Amino acid sequence: MIVTTTKGDMDDSLLEKREGSLDNDNESTTWVEYWLDGELVHRSVHVTLKKNVSSAVEAASFN
Amino acid sequence: MANTQAMTTSFMGELMTATHNFGTAPVRASGATDSFKAALYLASATYNASTTAYSTTGEVTGTNYTAGGVAVTFGTPPTATNSSTTAGVAFVTPSASITYTNVTLTTAFDAVLIYNSTQSNKAVSVHTFGSQTVTAGTFTLTMPSNTTSTALLRLATT
Repeated sequence: MIVTTTKGDMDDSLLEKREGSLDNDNESTTWVEYWLDGELVHRSVHVTLKKNVSSAVEAASFN
Repeated sequence: MANTQAMTTSFMGELMTATHNFGTAPVRASGATDSFKAALYLASATYNASTTAYSTTGEVTGTNYTAGGVAVTFGTPPTATNSSTTAGVAFVTPSASITYTNVTLTTAFDAVLIYNSTQSNKAVSVHTFGSQTVTAGTFTLTMPSNTTSTALLRLATT
């Protein structure tokens, strides 16, 4: 697979792949990194938002 | 300094004056749906409920990232649903993920501002996430389901 890197497009067989994830009430996030000789040359992140922003709306009464 | 997830107070006020229109049946003189954009902000920035409009202050910079961010698609008009005779919810969610392609953003960022680029860049909402960087890669924000309880933007009466 070809990976876009800071060094240009490279075959992933030449790179060290590292992956991670985070999951909490607010988000579910995954990331993938490719390293070349100890240098980070690619990092992509995918965040799935779980929480919305809500607002309570009220109508005041006359009495 | 920190970003705080919130629906902006200005947005709520502007709803009452029809400044924002996510749908296809406008009540304003203009028949066009507004355009919305999403800009990313550094973890050191301060965007929250008091934010009134898009600003370049604290916005990320980097390769292939254009100031102002990317377009947000609202393919489904807002839905308003009654849950009882005294309560209901109106909600809307972008119909596609927000994607920044082949960018390099080396300074940590943790927030996205959705704003109305048709109406003087007025702010809609701030959404936060864990601090991230991107290197020659893609940053994707996937939206929650567009339901009464999970939609990205909700106005509810109880």
